[in-house]
Formats: sequence, structure tokens, C-alpha cells
Amino acid sequence: MEMKHLSPRRVLYDRVLRFLLYFSALLTCTMLVVLIGYIFYRGLPEVSWEMLTTEPSVLRDVIGILPNLINTLALIVGTLLIVLPLGVGAAIYLTEYARSRRVVELIEFATETLTGIPSILYGLVGMLFFVQFLGWGGSIRAGIFTLVIMILPTIVRTTQESLKTVPQAYREAALGLGSGKWHMIRTVVLPSSVDGIVTGCILSIGRIVGESAALLYTAGSASVLVGSLRKLLTTSGGSLTVALYMYTMERGKIATGFAIASILMILTLVINLSAKWLGGKLKRK
Amino acid sequence: MTRTKQDPGAPGVKKRGARDLLEKGMNGLFFLCGLVAVAFVLFITAYLVISGLPAIRQIGLTDFLFGTEWASTNKTDPKFGILPFILTSIYGTAGAIVIGVPVGFLTAVFLSKLAPRRTAAVIRTAVDLLAGIPSVVYGLIGMTVLVPAVRVAFDLSSGATLLAAMVVLAVMILPSIISVSETALNAVPKEYEEASLALGATEIETYFRVSAPAAASGIAAAVVLGIGRAIGEAMAIMMVAGNVANMPGLFKSVRFLTTAIASEMSYSSVGSLQRNALFSIALVLFLFIMLINILLNALLKRDRNKG
Repeated sequence: MEMKHLSPRRVLYDRVLRFLLYFSALLTCTMLVVLIGYIFYRGLPEVSWEMLTTEPSVLRDVIGILPNLINTLALIVGTLLIVLPLGVGAAIYLTEYARSRRVVELIEFATETLTGIPSILYGLVGMLFFVQFLGWGGSIRAGIFTLVIMILPTIVRTTQESLKTVPQAYREAALGLGSGKWHMIRTVVLPSSVDGIVTGCILSIGRIVGESAALLYTAGSASVLVGSLRKLLTTSGGSLTVALYMYTMERGKIATGFAIASILMILTLVINLSAKWLGGKLKRK
Repeated sequence: MTRTKQDPGAPGVKKRGARDLLEKGMNGLFFLCGLVAVAFVLFITAYLVISGLPAIRQIGLTDFLFGTEWASTNKTDPKFGILPFILTSIYGTAGAIVIGVPVGFLTAVFLSKLAPRRTAAVIRTAVDLLAGIPSVVYGLIGMTVLVPAVRVAFDLSSGATLLAAMVVLAVMILPSIISVSETALNAVPKEYEEASLALGATEIETYFRVSAPAAASGIAAAVVLGIGRAIGEAMAIMMVAGNVANMPGLFKSVRFLTTAIASEMSYSSVGSLQRNALFSIALVLFLFIMLINILLNALLKRDRNKG
């Protein structure tokens, strides 16, 4: 860019802002690298095989996070099992069936509203309804149902987006061959939008892994290994994030907090990169 | 019309009847799935209003909203004024916006206009990762790095202050601000920029004086989204803000609307005025969020209609 003919003021304006642009982008990236580096630096040395495979015991003076890993997994699987049919169904209704503009706007308004509600409010309502009103107590199932309400918009939105990318010609061809609408959706539309639905699931898993405020007063914070699936669902169980919070805030065990944080970061990295990879595949298609 | 009327007993008709039934059934089922989201919103709204009103009625709306003292566990003379929480949430959010928006906006301009494709892809991955970091992890780092740093830098007895919370919130809202602003900047028609360049403006002048104003409503949406995120965040600031019900000050320990709910929920007894007052705080927070959501949707719609 030749700037000889420009006034000094304009040259200065150009230089300063250009510098600020590079500086901000650099700052954003540096922050991420420093954050991740610091977590791993303080956390990874604390992670041991014993920690990952035992439950905490005061008697033997060990801190194990296996129960929290299992709780997190149970929350993910349970939530997805319920929210997936609901969310995909809602998205199918919005893109394939809905006739009335009004109904579509109402449902989209509702999902947008749900997206904006902070997780602490989900936690509160979940506590009032599932824990107290239904008498489930602080339990994984109360956590699961709270997360279902919270995750629903993510699944609806991503599924809707991928349903929209299925060419209209596919649908017309199927209907033209005499297929019924449901048959057309089941055999033509859904199979061609499966990567989008999977991406939605991965994003949801990311949100569940990182969630804490909605779980603290619904799923509780216990770190105990239980024998059966039934017991797992009906007793209190803290996720990894809640365990991190409890160890650092209630018991002052910062080192354990960093160990859990580094495990959470590894999970976040894996989830993010696989979502990105799948998303890229989707776009190419 | 020479359509042959089929014998109702013929197998083809029976099959079609079953198929129609299936089609109607699936249509109804999907419709119900769609309505679930609406039901959830109504359910949450109803629950928050019903559980939030009793304490407000008991305390009095003005005493509740404008009372400057919160002493919920005082046995003889409990006080339930939430003005400190409201102001802390507003100041904290404003601080996060003041720090986060310039960095986020400039990064978005860089990504959208200046960065080579490869670099932009790398930075976008970094931004997505920042968005994916759990809030307790931000809280942990804030607690172990930022809070001691604030204490030393400003020579305080404790670094767990509003300032520390502002910085943590600024980092946490950065990803949403960057990605929404970038989308808005990418949607600016190329012709605008080409016209500006052809008239002799420099690249940088074009981005800031032509592209940014053209993307104004999208960038405003990014800011509003950031406000919503910041006002709703609980766990991270619970770990860095000190959690004392003071009127806000940059170097004071403070309590936000969200942390006020979270911090007393574990020990308030069911049915007590203290617990009910927490639900009223939740209702106030919910009203704030709904206002922000309405504003956000209006801005996004304006942006879409323009594009």
C-alpha cells in the first residue's frame, strides 16, 4: 500500500488501527495458549492412574474422581437419550411439516428464549420441580431432566440447519415415487442429515461436560461409587465440574482442582476438534 | 371423472388406510415435539413467577428492589434489600463489556477482513475453544492467578473483588462477541468496500468507516449477547468475586444476582423467607434476561432483513 500521498494524520490513523487489529487477534490467541498451558502445567502432574480409577476415601487419604467421571458420563448419555428424539422431532416438524408461519415463529421464539436463560435459573427450576415437587431428591435423574430442558434448543437448531441442507429435489423424488411423507423423511431426509445431528450431539456433550450451575442443586455433589444403574440414577452424584468446584471452594484442595481442570480441558479439546472436523465434512458436502 | 371406485375390502385400500393413519400419527407426534419447547418456556416462566412473588409481597417491592442492605440470616432484624446485587450485576457486566468488546470487535475485524485464510481458521478454532472452556475452569484460574495479582497490584487485603470478576467475565464473553461480530462483518456487501477503496480511502479506513457502520446492528447484537452471557454467569464469578453483599465498588468483595442465589441456596431452609427471597432474586434476574433477549431478537431480525 503506498501511502506517500496521504496526509500524516491519515497515515497515523492507518498505522494505529492496523496495530490494534493485529494486537487484539494476538491477544485472543495468546490468552488461550496461556490458559491451556497453565492448566496443564499445574494439573497434569497431579493426575494419576489411581486418581482416575478410585473413589475418594478419607481413611486411605486418597482422592479419586472415578465416581465423578461416571456421573458425568451418566448425565451425558441420559440427557441425549431423552433430548435427541424430542429435539430431532421438533426440528422435523419445523422444517418438514409445519404449515403455519405463526406456529413456526412461536416455536422458534421459544427455543431462542431457552437459549438465553442462564443455567443457574435452570438449576433453580430443576431443584424446585424435580428435586422437591416430584420428590426425587438431589439425584442424577433430576440433573438429567434439567439438562434436557437446557440442551433442547441446541439439538433443535443444529438438526434444523442440517435438514435445510437436504436438497428439495430428494424430497420431491421420493414423494413422486409414491412414498408417504414419514417414509420419505425416514429413508431420505434423515439419512442425508445425519452428520448435522451428530454435530449437534457433540456440541451438546460439550455443554453438558462444562455445565455446573444447573447441576449443583439438581444432581448434587456426592462422589461415591454405587453398585447399580438404578442406584446411580436415583442418588446424588457430582459431575467433574461440580467436583472441581467442591474441591477448590469447600475443601481448599487447589491441586485436585487443577487435576480435574486438566481432564476437563482434554475433554473440551477432543469435543471441539471433533465437532470442527465433522462440521467441515458437512460443509464440503 | 372416471375414477374407479375401489372395493373397500381390497387389500390396497386397507394398506392406504393404515398408511394415512401412520402419517397423521407421525404428524401429530412431531407437532408435540415442537410444542415441548413452548411448554418448557411456559413452565419455567410460571415456576419462577409463582415461587418468586410471595417473598416480594412479604418484603414489599420497593424495600426489596431498592433496599441497600442484605442480612438474610440476621435472627432479630433480617434485611432483604437486593440493590447491591442488582448494581453489582450491572456494573460487573458494564465492566466486562468495556474490556471485552473492543478486543472482541477488533479481533472480529481482523478475522473478517485482514487475516489470511489459514490464520483466520486457526484463530477461529482458538475462539471456539475459549467458548468451550467450562466456567469453573475460568473460575479456578481467576482464583489462583487473577485474584492474587489484583491483591498485589492494588495493595489490597483480598483480591477477590468486582474488578477480578469483570476481567473473568470479559474473557468469557469474548468468543460470543467475536463470532457474532464476524458474521455481521462478513455479510457487508463487497461493493460498499470496493466503492470506498475506489474513492481513495485506505483499507483500514474502509473497514472502520464503511464496513463497521454497515454491520452496526449485527455488532450491537454481539454486544447484547455478551451482556446476556455476563449477567447470567454464576460459577466463575462465585469463585473470584469474594461473595460479600456489599454495595459495589471496584475493589470491594461483591455479590451478583446469580451468586446471591447460588451461595445461600445450600443452607437456607425450605419455606423460609430467606429461601423465598432467593426465588424472588431469580425472578428479577429472569426479567432482566427476558428484556435482553427481546432486544437481541429485535437486533438480529433487523440485521437479517437488511441482509
